[in-house]
Amino acid sequence: MTLFGWGVLKGMGVTLKNFLTSYFRKPDEGGIFTVQYPEEREKPVENYRNFPFLVYDGTPEKIRCVACGICERECPPKCIHIEMELDAAGKPARKPAVFDIDHGLCMNCGMCEEVCPFDSIFMDHAFEVTAPERQKNLVRHKKELSKSNEYFKKIRPALASAVDQKRKAAEEKKKAAVPPPPPQSAGGQAQTTAQGPQ
Amino acid sequence: MLEINFGPQHPSTHGVFRMTVQLEGEKICGLKPVFGYLHRNHEQIAENLPYAAIMPYTDRLDYVNALANNFGYALTVEKLAGLEVPERAEYIRVIMAELSRVVNHVTVIGFMLNDLGAFFTPLLYAFRERERILDLFEAVTGSRLMNNYFCFGGVKRDLTNADLAAIRKIVSRFPAFLEEFEALLTKNEILCMRCQNIGVLSGKAATNAGITGPVLRASGVNYDIRKVDGYGVYGRFDFKVPLGQKGDVYDRFYVRVLEIRESLKILDQALTQIPQGEIMNKRSPSILKIPRNFKPPVGEAYGRVESPKGELGFYVVSDGTPQPWRYHVRAPSLINLTVLEEMCLGQKIADAIIILGSIDIVLGETDR
Amino acid sequence: MKILVEEVKKELETRMPDVKLRLIRDSLLIEDPQDLPQVVLFLKENPKFLLDHLSSVIGADYLDYLESIYHLYSMAKKQGPVVLRVRVTKSSATVPAPINGHKAEPGTAQNVFDERKVKAGKIPSLASIYRSAELQEREAFDTLGILYKGHPDLRRLFMWEEFQGHPLRKDYEQEDTEVLETADIAWLEARGVKVPEAMKEKAKALHAAGQRAVAQKPEKPRAG
Repeated sequence: MTLFGWGVLKGMGVTLKNFLTSYFRKPDEGGIFTVQYPEEREKPVENYRNFPFLVYDGTPEKIRCVACGICERECPPKCIHIEMELDAAGKPARKPAVFDIDHGLCMNCGMCEEVCPFDSIFMDHAFEVTAPERQKNLVRHKKELSKSNEYFKKIRPALASAVDQKRKAAEEKKKAAVPPPPPQSAGGQAQTTAQGPQ
Repeated sequence: MLEINFGPQHPSTHGVFRMTVQLEGEKICGLKPVFGYLHRNHEQIAENLPYAAIMPYTDRLDYVNALANNFGYALTVEKLAGLEVPERAEYIRVIMAELSRVVNHVTVIGFMLNDLGAFFTPLLYAFRERERILDLFEAVTGSRLMNNYFCFGGVKRDLTNADLAAIRKIVSRFPAFLEEFEALLTKNEILCMRCQNIGVLSGKAATNAGITGPVLRASGVNYDIRKVDGYGVYGRFDFKVPLGQKGDVYDRFYVRVLEIRESLKILDQALTQIPQGEIMNKRSPSILKIPRNFKPPVGEAYGRVESPKGELGFYVVSDGTPQPWRYHVRAPSLINLTVLEEMCLGQKIADAIIILGSIDIVLGETDR
Repeated sequence: MKILVEEVKKELETRMPDVKLRLIRDSLLIEDPQDLPQVVLFLKENPKFLLDHLSSVIGADYLDYLESIYHLYSMAKKQGPVVLRVRVTKSSATVPAPINGHKAEPGTAQNVFDERKVKAGKIPSLASIYRSAELQEREAFDTLGILYKGHPDLRRLFMWEEFQGHPLRKDYEQEDTEVLETADIAWLEARGVKVPEAMKEKAKALHAAGQRAVAQKPEKPRAG
């Protein structure tokens, strides 16, 4: 007949074993696996999605976004607000003048990344967002959202290189589709300049 | 007679759940649950959104295992629109659903033991394993909890060989953890004395009250939607359905432990059988890119999955526009609470907490 | 295993010839709601069907009428769904207290009403046959205003007791939460809260016009 309380004692044996081995084992095998944040940080995985950001190629003026408003329409909690920039003549220049995303509404679903036809909005990894007051920093404007293509390559290398390849292939196809200029009869100089971009 | 509030702010009610309990001394003579503290009007939000945009909201119903909700919703819309799912995607869905089931059961057992007084030890042992699975979810789907991974006709991202190796490692480690867990808990005298013969529910009463899931199977009724409906590719796997005998709290706890073992068996088989191939139906990329163009034919569909908590059903009525006309979620947590009063009458107040913990509710689903 | 709905219809027509049924896609519409309990009881106890699991009771609003949809499964024989529908015309008489007119005494439940006193089309409740209908019928009543006759405890499930209106109806207008009504002001003052005069004037004006404080919808929807 087993002793009454044997189950409890066996359980205590398990906890004792766990306690003692936690000093010797590696974190993956039963040791202490706490990451002492913020002194140590884990490297985020590539696919981790947190909050959107806008990509620019080179300088912030060359932002890829054309303010089409598709992400604004498809966003489920409607947290994006876009206003198109108007150029000197009052016609829409294909760039956003205002691009606001509300941190309080965004639910990090990634739909804006999925629907963008211009490869301009992707999900970022930055989660250390704090502000001294409740009203500051909750709405992110275009300046804070624009990040360079190099940053994009650093945080999401596989996706960034795939997007770059796709854009390069599309650009080359566009250039190949432009018919070559007709040959100039007067002077070799005009001919060279005409053939420049090829 | 004393009437007290097991108020919405309580560490053991698994969310903002309120019960008004009438007591005579320590014995319960009446219990009425009060719902609605987390009511977010999920069904009306969905009536104004295109079908693909509702998927992130379904994650937030049963927030402990988001993939089961995604599965149910994707299944329903695929029934409605007649979309086929390629084989590799079906296998990936089963793998994700079973990993999610393991996570949920391990969390539930941990929290139930927390309610019993085993302050956090089994819970944190369980969370060690859960962290590995959540890290895998982050690498594959992008987020630890709110996965948003399924789409109509497949899944959004493929599993690389590294991911498959990670899953194999998790699955191979789990039995050792389960042995340790069972050595800690199953024959523990305190657990046995506090859980056996408490909150007994008969099989007939359970069937009549629409109870599904581990609660029903602990009462002895053999009904598992994975076997009955055979949705996805569950028909190809060989697994048993564990049943309990008495229908008390201990049986519900032990049925969940056995179900984790069965899930590991399914995972083993799925990982060996998974084929190469497409992960999305041919129409899926266009549904994802332009959600407003997806207009399923006029009609309705009711799709149900075996979520770890019970039968999770989605009812979608389409009227030919991009938004659904009516969208309803049949939440197992809400229906399983029908019998809470019956199970708690005559028990002591401390047992009411354990009975509630064994039913396994999550308020996101109960109140939607 | 699926059950063919035509078989169910044929069986029901032979056993109960005076129950009128209509086939709508894969479901059976029971024309007269009062026939529902006998149909369901037959399907539950007949050894060919043995549908002992009421999976869900769902309400839906189809503009002219409200519909209540039932999905029945069999646990004993592991058989597929039988879908039953019942329709009832919409009536605003489900709101138990008149707008802007209920008394506000602290400690009393204001909107626990007796559904026998409300004149509107009612669907017989299945709570006595299947216990799983209890909470689901309460939810259909709360969100859509479908009344179930014979339900043991028909009151709101998610919204609080004094809430007026049924949110999932297509013609539901959302309240403006910034503007108080006379009923709200009476409730607050009964509990000793001071209400500013400007809000009281506005509430009196609304009451005189017989209107509710509804949120203004934006003129055009946001960017398509």
